[in-house]
Amino acid sequence: MNITLNGTVHAVEDGASVTTLISQVTGRNLAPSGQAADGRKLGVAVARNSEVVPRSQWFVTALAEGDDVELVTAVQGG
Amino acid sequence: MAGTTVAGAAGTAQHTADPFIVDGVHLGSRLIMGTGGAPSLDGLGAALIASGTELTTVAMRRYSPAETGSLFQLLVDHNIRVLPNTAGCFTARDAVMTAELAREALETDWVKLEVIADEHTLLPDAVELVDATEQLVNRGFKVFAYTNDDPVLALRLENLGATAVMPLGSPIGTGLGILNPHNIELIVSRASVPVVLDAGIGTASDAALAMELGCDAVLLATAVTRAQNPAMMGEAFKHAVIAGRLAKAAGRIPRREHALASSAMEGRAEFL
Repeated sequence: MNITLNGTVHAVEDGASVTTLISQVTGRNLAPSGQAADGRKLGVAVARNSEVVPRSQWFVTALAEGDDVELVTAVQGG
Repeated sequence: MAGTTVAGAAGTAQHTADPFIVDGVHLGSRLIMGTGGAPSLDGLGAALIASGTELTTVAMRRYSPAETGSLFQLLVDHNIRVLPNTAGCFTARDAVMTAELAREALETDWVKLEVIADEHTLLPDAVELVDATEQLVNRGFKVFAYTNDDPVLALRLENLGATAVMPLGSPIGTGLGILNPHNIELIVSRASVPVVLDAGIGTASDAALAMELGCDAVLLATAVTRAQNPAMMGEAFKHAVIAGRLAKAAGRIPRREHALASSAMEGRAEFL
C-alpha cells in the first residue's frame, strides 16, 4: 500500500506498523518500546495525519492506505 | 554569585562556582549555543567545544537518509544538553505540534519557543507567542520563550508559566547587538525567571554587555557559526560571558561628566 512520507509517496507492506516504517527508513532495528535496539539514541519523531504518535505506541500503531506521515529529526538551527 | 573560579575550562556543573540554574538543572556555562549556519558538522563540533556551552539548540526538520551525520549524536557524545526550537513556525498550532515532535524525538520537555511573524524580520509574533506559551505550559513543557525586547510582554510570558524569557538584542542574524539596553535592563529588573539575551549578538563585547545588563545567560548562533574562525570566536564568547557576569557582580563605577584624577594631587614634587 502507499502512504505519504514527508510529502512524497512511499510504499510499505499492507498493515505495516509505524515501527516497521521507521526501521525501513532509518536502517535501525527498533525494540517494541520504540528505542533503538543498538542502545543509541534514535532521535526521530512521527506525526500521522497531523497527530503525534508517541514512541510507546509505534509498535501497536498500524498504518493505513493514504496515511500522511511526517518523520522528523534534529538538524542544525537556532 | 560566589567565588572567582568561574573560568574553569571544562567546568562541569558540580564544579562551577556560579552555575546557571534553570528548571532546577545546574549548567556550568551561561552561553547557550545555536547550531544554525555552520558549514560542516566537524567545524560546528569544534566551535561548540571551544565555547564551553552545555546547552545547545537544534531545529526539527524532515528526516533525510542522506544526512545521517547526526547532530543529535554529536551533542550526546559531547554531553551537551539539547534545547529543541520551533524555528520556522508562524502560528501557535505549528509551534505546539513541533514542540510535541521534539519532545518525542529528543526526550526532553524543554523547548525554545519561537513563533515568528514573517520571514523578512523574523520578529516574534506576540499574539501567537502568548497563545503557544499557554498551550505548551498546560501540556507540561518547560518553555524558553523567544520574545521581543518588550518588558510588558516578557512579564506576561513569565506569568503564563514560561521557564525562561529570552528577549532579542536585535533581529536574528543581524549582528546589530543590543539595540535597546534600557529595555533589557527593565526586563531583568522585573523578572523572577532567568532572562536569556537571544538573537542579534555580533561579537564578544555584545555578549559581555548582555551580562553586564543583568541577563542570566546569552544565546547565539550566527556570530560563531559564520565567523571567519568559528572555534576561536566560540572561545571569545566563553570569556566574554564570564567577564560580563563578573563585571555585573563586581559593580561598575558610576558614569560622571568630568574627569576624576586617580592620582592624588597632594605631595607632588615642586620644581622651581
